[in-house]
Amino acid sequence: MSVKVRIPTILRTYTGGQAEVPAEGATLSEVIASLEQNHPGIGARVLDDQGKLRRFVNVYVNDDDVRFEGGLDAVTPDGAGVSIIPAVAGG
Amino acid sequence: MAVQTVAADTNSSTVDLGPAAALSCRECGERFALGPIFACASCFGPLEVAYDLPSGSPEELKKRIAEGPDNIWRYAPLLPVPSDVAEKPNINPGFTKLVKADNLARELGVTGGLYVKDDSGNPTHSFKDRVVAIAVEAARAFGFTTLSCSSTGNLAGAVGAAAARAGFRSCVFIPHDLEQGKVVMAAVYGGELVGIEGNYDDVNRFCSELIGDPLGEGWGFVNVNLRPYYGEGSKTLAYEICEQLGWKLPDQIVIPIASGSQLTKIDKGLQELIKLGLVEDKPYKIFGAQAEGCSPVSAAFKAGHDVVRPQKPNTIAKSLAIGNPADGPYVLDIARRTGGAVEDVNDEQVVDAIKLLARTEGIFAETAGGVTVGVTKKLIDAGLLDPSLTTVVLNTGDGLKTLDAVAPTTGLSATIRPSLDAFRDAGLAAAN
Repeated sequence: MSVKVRIPTILRTYTGGQAEVPAEGATLSEVIASLEQNHPGIGARVLDDQGKLRRFVNVYVNDDDVRFEGGLDAVTPDGAGVSIIPAVAGG
Repeated sequence: MAVQTVAADTNSSTVDLGPAAALSCRECGERFALGPIFACASCFGPLEVAYDLPSGSPEELKKRIAEGPDNIWRYAPLLPVPSDVAEKPNINPGFTKLVKADNLARELGVTGGLYVKDDSGNPTHSFKDRVVAIAVEAARAFGFTTLSCSSTGNLAGAVGAAAARAGFRSCVFIPHDLEQGKVVMAAVYGGELVGIEGNYDDVNRFCSELIGDPLGEGWGFVNVNLRPYYGEGSKTLAYEICEQLGWKLPDQIVIPIASGSQLTKIDKGLQELIKLGLVEDKPYKIFGAQAEGCSPVSAAFKAGHDVVRPQKPNTIAKSLAIGNPADGPYVLDIARRTGGAVEDVNDEQVVDAIKLLARTEGIFAETAGGVTVGVTKKLIDAGLLDPSLTTVVLNTGDGLKTLDAVAPTTGLSATIRPSLDAFRDAGLAAAN
């Protein structure tokens, strides 16, 4: 499965400034592993020491918040858009 | 302007935001130079303003504050704003009334003194003017020319008004189905107002993506890339409450929770006052209030969790309808640290509480105020809030913004012909 991942500004140092990069994977977990392979270091910024999504990271697959869709097990269909967004906004 | 992302030497900042020294990550403590950034580059944690707070005696500082203007700029030495802030075009909010609510106290059985901090008295009739006024100064300092935000309504109006006064363009985003009163009160200032097909969390997500795109370049989003500064505006509620109580801490405060930012910053403000010696250090309890139809923080508190599971909001309290509250975990920490609690009330209880406050104190609150008054009553009934202690309840907005909430159950007592007989027959004459 090939997906497009929107990269937040604070992680673009890992993607050479690119705001959107391709990745492979049938689940979010696999997509993040693919990101890490292509952009070493990015995985540790998104996941904590226990390998879970960090407390202040929101991830969306298309329009769905993955916390409602199984977290790292969320399915990432072919062609999906994955957005990684800092959670500390709003209010 | 490109968003700065690189940790920098904090001493290199040339931005004049008064006592603000740097931005500090609330999670890992990493420091960054003052700039339009909001999330830690290392751990995504929220950034907040770190200060070089004024030295000198508490009495000198109290005198300086007392000599200041009757708005939040009297506290400029404690805020991320330049020292000449009061001379700049801004909406100058704050110093709203702290109403001693004796009638409501009698109804609720509070004997230790009950106060309503009535922030409907701000320029656009909600507490949001406080946070926006600070964000305007940050936007000026960083050279932005457009002000923007995601809003549940009140913030949209505050940004529109502040932009008009301070000479910024504004373009703000709201859920498409907000109350008409809030839409009109945001649109009237002449900026762009955009309805997004979705709930507030969808709007917020959209803004967070826009900020990283060239389409949003040069924009100051008050509650995204200016959020560390914006949030500090809520500290002024703590300062005012204590000053209006004669430089004393209240024993208990009941605060509404949307993102949770306001509650965390009120706690920060109280802690600063203690540190500066402006108030005597003593225990206080902070209580959070949510609507049952959007109660992720209350649910987490009751379940003993330290993380907040997002919810899909469904409540008439739309100004509190944030299903994924950014500061939720910190609210839990503060409620537990101070011995407070987080509770919620259903929509019917919200309406009843709006009417109770109006009937007893002549204060017409928006739905968020109904939530705090309703939760106060529930906490007293549950024995969690001590009625023998000094208690402050926040009303963060004006009831005129949410007429829809009370209109179905509020209206004429009678319609009669213009005759004394009809009046007498309607049973409305004074009792003999």
